[in-house]
Amino acid sequence: MRTSLLALVLSALGLPAVADVPQAVTDHALPGFAAFATATAALDAAAQADCAAQAVQPAYQAAFDAWLGVSHLTPGPLEDQGLTLAIAFWPDPKGLGQKALKTLVATGDPAALTPDAFAQQSVAVRGLFTLERLLYTEPQDAFHCTLTRAVAADLAAMAALADAGWRDGFADELLTAGEPGNARYLSPAEARQALFTALMTGLEFTFDSRLGRPLGTFDRPRPERAEAIASGRSLRNVTLSLTALRGLAVALVPDSPSTQAAFDRALALAAGLDDPVFAGVADPAGRLQVEILQQAVDAIRVAALAEVGGTLGVDAGFNAADGD
Amino acid sequence: MTTRRTLLAGLAALALPRPVWAEAGRPAYLAAAQLPDGSHALFGLSAQGETVFSLPLPARGHAAAAHPTRAEAVAFARRPGTFALVIGCASGDVLARLTPPAGRQFNGHGAFSADGTRLYTSEVVAESSEGRIGLWDTTDYARTGEWASGGIGPHDLKRLADGRLAVANGGIATDPTDRTKLNLGSMRPNLTILTAEGRVDDQMELSAEMWPNSIRHLALAPDGTIAFAMQWEGDPAEAVPLLGLWQPGQSPRLCPPLEREALAMRGYAASIAFSGDGRQVGLTSPKGGRVQVFGADGTAAFSLARADVSGIAPGSQGFIVTDGTGVVAELGDNRLRPLSSGPRAWDNHLIALV
Repeated sequence: MRTSLLALVLSALGLPAVADVPQAVTDHALPGFAAFATATAALDAAAQADCAAQAVQPAYQAAFDAWLGVSHLTPGPLEDQGLTLAIAFWPDPKGLGQKALKTLVATGDPAALTPDAFAQQSVAVRGLFTLERLLYTEPQDAFHCTLTRAVAADLAAMAALADAGWRDGFADELLTAGEPGNARYLSPAEARQALFTALMTGLEFTFDSRLGRPLGTFDRPRPERAEAIASGRSLRNVTLSLTALRGLAVALVPDSPSTQAAFDRALALAAGLDDPVFAGVADPAGRLQVEILQQAVDAIRVAALAEVGGTLGVDAGFNAADGD
Repeated sequence: MTTRRTLLAGLAALALPRPVWAEAGRPAYLAAAQLPDGSHALFGLSAQGETVFSLPLPARGHAAAAHPTRAEAVAFARRPGTFALVIGCASGDVLARLTPPAGRQFNGHGAFSADGTRLYTSEVVAESSEGRIGLWDTTDYARTGEWASGGIGPHDLKRLADGRLAVANGGIATDPTDRTKLNLGSMRPNLTILTAEGRVDDQMELSAEMWPNSIRHLALAPDGTIAFAMQWEGDPAEAVPLLGLWQPGQSPRLCPPLEREALAMRGYAASIAFSGDGRQVGLTSPKGGRVQVFGADGTAAFSLARADVSGIAPGSQGFIVTDGTGVVAELGDNRLRPLSSGPRAWDNHLIALV
């Protein structure tokens, strides 16, 4: 169904499925969202079958892996339906997720955990980071069991919504940019711009948040601010996010040797880093290694802006890059 | 370019009867833009977003101010501004080139008095970023004096219906040469009301945890409420309101967006406007590629994605927005409808003529 729809669209456009936006949609985004939907459905099934933390953890890890394949693809369903924060509420400097969870547990009201009711809860108490607390730090009791199942089911529902949104509409909007009736993208350049911005924003998030927050400053490193410490995923998230962003860059501009080399260098540094939750930032030697990785991510940004942005004929945005 | 010849023509033009807006094609809006060759221009736009006039600017503009009756626009350079140009929009002549006095810099915005005899400009003392309001006589655009703005780093200013001025003292001290922000740990913005004589009549400050939220742009509601748009200089991961409403004499109210939209603007509101019917207020964020619309009471209503969106002004009912891709669009009930597009990047602000 999906393939035939796209083939139809592509032939209507008279374009081979080799260049920029079509390639990014077919080879990168659609398979990514399908994998995320499958992985969260498996997580939901695992939690419903056995809500014990140890039983759910493997499916949780796989679902988080799949999220990193698409978390940068914010234009479209994730943004339209406000799913990004509901799936991954991080960074959370005020600890709102923990507070909201505490309130929910203190209330102990199972009626709040039905699918419809739970989907109306604060984004801070939904998604992967609440599930991380439930599976890795919270006590195990009957209410927590029900809660684990509710969060897992909600995640699967959100992933299915995003996947369907891409398949049944948003992919078309990207592929028919500039055609009459396409109110979202008024020209093909706008679709290229949207995906390029997703690439650059994804790189910035890893630079600023995944690496920048635990690094803090030299005088005040903040290892406790690393992402997904309890599930041991801080470095893994950097690696998988960079892998996904590399896939998007290559799909957009296959002939991008500097960008790909910059990705490969950062990924090699990440692979060689024996510091899964960036605890090492607290001492100068460990900090240096994470700083070098962060600089390598910055080098990707520089290369991608020139090479990928240059080839696509788009940039960071006239006003977005300026300030007043 | 401002050549000696056009400037002399402009000076001569100041002595002649001054054309009114009808003679410049009756634009509804002014906006600066960058053109494909890298040059800059000031555009007059109709209510339908069509170009009424396009006049060259010597450098990137920030905002413009429109004379209430005469076809004269003041185009302000980006911060730190060393000049502003008074452009005769009927002829295209540069009528005057405004240069701040020694040690002062323009800070992006200006406003005319209701009778059009005086121009107010937001300025800083270059060395300290202390705010000043520059006063100019629009007969010949001569500098006639200045007032204290009531804070550090004033940016937008608006003339109220009763003749007083509202000034957004953004609180940020900047390096006089390169816009580097110097006091992010200790900034303390305010919104100041100045009388028509330049005395501080009222002043609003937010509570201390909101001091990193720079109050930068203003919009006026028909009932006298002042809406203010902010730019967050604190931890970017913290979700803070970027919209506030203030009725002078009362406490300000901060207006958070929908929860799922909490970080969509990336802590940055570029422009603010009330809708044409006065029932809504809209904020743009080019950094987030987002427009957020609230009810006039500050309740979050809806939001829309649009890359590099920045200019916003009242439309006939809703809003008109402009973006860096050259599109002028009407923003109505939860949707954008393109009005025009062209090979240009619209700059920060869209200014409605009133």
